[in-house]
Amino acid sequence: MTSLWSRLEPLLARVRKPARYIGCEDGAIVPQHGHGKVAWLLAYPDVYEVGLPNQGLQILYEILNERPDAVAERTYAPWVDLEALMRERGIPLFSVDSHRAAEDFDILAFNLSSELVFTNLLNMVDLAGVPVRAELRSPTDPLVMIGGHAAFNPEPMADFIDVAVLGEGEEVIGEITEVVREWKASGRTEGSRLAVLKALAQIPGVYVPSLYGVEYDGDHIREIKPLYAGIPERVMKRTVSDLGDWDYPRRPLAPLTEVVHDRLAVEVFRGCTRGCRFCQAGMITRPVRERPAEQVRSMIVDGLQRTGYNEVSLTSLSTADFSGIESVITSIVPDPTACGAPTVSLPSLRVDAFTVGLAAKVAGGRRSGLTFAPEAGTWRLRTVINKLITEEDLYGAVESAFASGWSRAKLYFLTGLPTETDIDTQGIIDLAAGCVAVGKRHTGRANVTVSIGGFVPKSHTPFQWFGQNSVPELRRKIGLVRDAATKTKGVNVKWHDPSASLAEGLASRGDRRIGAVIERVWRDGGVFQEWSEYFKLDRWLDAMAAEGLSPDFYITRHRDEKEILPWHHLSAGLHQDFLWQDWRASLNEFGLEDCRWTPCYDCGVCTGDGLEHIVASPIPPAGGSQGTGQDLSRGGITPVTLRTKSSVGAT
Amino acid sequence: MKIRVSYSKLGKIRFTGHRDVAHMWERTLRKAGIAVAMSVGFTPRPKMAFGLALPTGAESLIELIDITLDPVSGATVDDLDSIAQRLSTSLPVGMSVTGIRECAGTEVSLQEGVVATTWVMLVAEPENGPDIATAIERVNSSAEVLLARERKGEKHLDDIRPGILELRLADAELMSSLPADWIGESVGHAIVATLTTSGRGIRPTELVEVLVPESDPPINPWDHLNRVLRINQWIERDGERVDVLTGRAAHTSVSA
Repeated sequence: MTSLWSRLEPLLARVRKPARYIGCEDGAIVPQHGHGKVAWLLAYPDVYEVGLPNQGLQILYEILNERPDAVAERTYAPWVDLEALMRERGIPLFSVDSHRAAEDFDILAFNLSSELVFTNLLNMVDLAGVPVRAELRSPTDPLVMIGGHAAFNPEPMADFIDVAVLGEGEEVIGEITEVVREWKASGRTEGSRLAVLKALAQIPGVYVPSLYGVEYDGDHIREIKPLYAGIPERVMKRTVSDLGDWDYPRRPLAPLTEVVHDRLAVEVFRGCTRGCRFCQAGMITRPVRERPAEQVRSMIVDGLQRTGYNEVSLTSLSTADFSGIESVITSIVPDPTACGAPTVSLPSLRVDAFTVGLAAKVAGGRRSGLTFAPEAGTWRLRTVINKLITEEDLYGAVESAFASGWSRAKLYFLTGLPTETDIDTQGIIDLAAGCVAVGKRHTGRANVTVSIGGFVPKSHTPFQWFGQNSVPELRRKIGLVRDAATKTKGVNVKWHDPSASLAEGLASRGDRRIGAVIERVWRDGGVFQEWSEYFKLDRWLDAMAAEGLSPDFYITRHRDEKEILPWHHLSAGLHQDFLWQDWRASLNEFGLEDCRWTPCYDCGVCTGDGLEHIVASPIPPAGGSQGTGQDLSRGGITPVTLRTKSSVGAT
Repeated sequence: MKIRVSYSKLGKIRFTGHRDVAHMWERTLRKAGIAVAMSVGFTPRPKMAFGLALPTGAESLIELIDITLDPVSGATVDDLDSIAQRLSTSLPVGMSVTGIRECAGTEVSLQEGVVATTWVMLVAEPENGPDIATAIERVNSSAEVLLARERKGEKHLDDIRPGILELRLADAELMSSLPADWIGESVGHAIVATLTTSGRGIRPTELVEVLVPESDPPINPWDHLNRVLRINQWIERDGERVDVLTGRAAHTSVSA
């Protein structure tokens, strides 16, 4: 167990951004390895700048290091330049905290926030000197675990991982530590790997793919069942009941080099019940659990003091829905003891005038652009996806933004949604043009950027049965939007080439047979697939062809109710019936209100887990909320109404 | 009040860049609770002025920053010691304050004033070609030393000899005065070089390129440069090179 630093050091001046590899962040611990301790290497399979800010990893890092029987360090995917030098010189994957070799740890735990990082996981396991296929590992090899949102369908990774953890990690990592500690104490003898995996499978939320068999009937799955007695037939996700009990990170990591979210982050609530049908995060993180406003305030003040940041991001899936939002903002923004009146940033803004009012409060002098996400171009399609924003909501929000001094708005849309027609696609530009018209009343500089992404259906959502649009079809629709935009003044369009959506779709809803495709893509050099310069569609298509697998079967085909989906034995708490009904409701263009403030639809999460929503306020927040109190039959016919300047501000 | 602070940057943190260091200082000042004057405008920035950028990968005993304190804080020269202490506590591991003084508003800025810096470099002996001692002698006795450098995408042959103010093997006395970790782990010949910073200036890696034999493909200077440490920064006063912080004259002679 020695440090690899002396071997790495001579290489670092020769690679790009060497600060990625040195650790030394504010908040980093000095790892205390010891005899009886379970050593976790928490890995993020993308570059340091992307991985360091990840809150899930920071939380687990801290909780584990507080335990007397555990020690945790971190690692990130080395960029291709350093990886080449490491392979040339036989230097294995290392931790950034003490530059210890990955194989010296008991557990290699990967945080997966997207499916496109799957090949990076293989690469990092290989760099660690650990066999990439789980079946080839010996008792001396570390256990390879995954968690995070992209672990909710771990089947494509079944060949490569020992364990997948479903849901939130705060509690389950302690239970895993205890089982692994026993295994270590017993000497990790020959043949003991199966025993420890069986023991881990007893922990709720822990899924061990190798303990389950999948039988096929042609292309379709006939049955998924445990191979051993005593192994649960179904694995349920883990959820912490009260976020107020987990005020982590207490020692947030402040890096020495620039990262993607270079500010303090404080999570204000977890879960979301707006019920947007395309949104996997909203479905798998239910129920809503708010952090007490007082705790949010103290985490902001402590965090700013510790890190020296002067900006804090209040994170959640829809921060304006936090019932304490106004009180937190009004007490933090002008507070000189909170590190001198910090800037507050509010990601994931709701589309309404109230939210713009909040944004104006925290914006200070910087009013560059505001972002809204209507997601679909017509009210009809928005009822399909259950993003119940009326045109009035959007124009009201935009009106209030331009009236408060903003001159740019950015609108996010998805294309390739169920039932989408070219009328909906044209609707994207009509909405953007309407926003420009509203803006022009306030400033001649008013302009709107439309950002458009290809929709990829995800597991555990009502759209898990929907056949994804093909890459040419997505390209055609993006082309329609671009053509329409050229004829519309003040509207710009930004888009990504949708070819990566094929790989994402494949990995999102694939079964175990997709593992061979992922391995081929990785062996062919396909790493960093989230980086467009490293993504090659042909690599994926060739690998599919070589394995005799059909892109249509996995990606563009609609599934039916009877089909056994690859994640059939894994549960995010949502009843299959609820998801299927919601899918039917979607196709009937029937919207569903937010259940925080309306009667329960029995999606299954609260009742199944003995949980309930923890919301401080019994009434919906001002400004309308996901159709609450709105007449859902209207919309789509609402003309652009322009209010006079004097009436703005009353909203 | 404007203060001039010198600080060291040693160890792992040498792999951070100049922009990174600027951000570290912003966070450090806020952590230390030192109120800095802000620029006016839509995005007020703390009034800090940095000296010459230290190349990523190089270490230093003397980096410099000028900081204008917020007049409202009422800080005086009596507070300098406590400010230095608070800064050192809040700076990241590997950086600490080595000097602090009040800086008159009339003093020339660090960017303009510093004309040369002195480096200690640990250079690996080349596998073929002349050894380092011979290479140093050759540079010192040449009237012209040509180096191919890129400017605006085009290759130019520059004579860097006038910019090499001093070049010699380091003596034992100098080496023993350096931080212990610095000499302990490293290998190679220790050389001392004072290089001009005005105009295009000369980087330590460029000096390595003229000390080791040419090869094809071109060498990566970091294959030969094991460690590099800035030990002095010089300004010109009355025609003499003096230490930027202390004002003491250069005790080393300029070899010509």
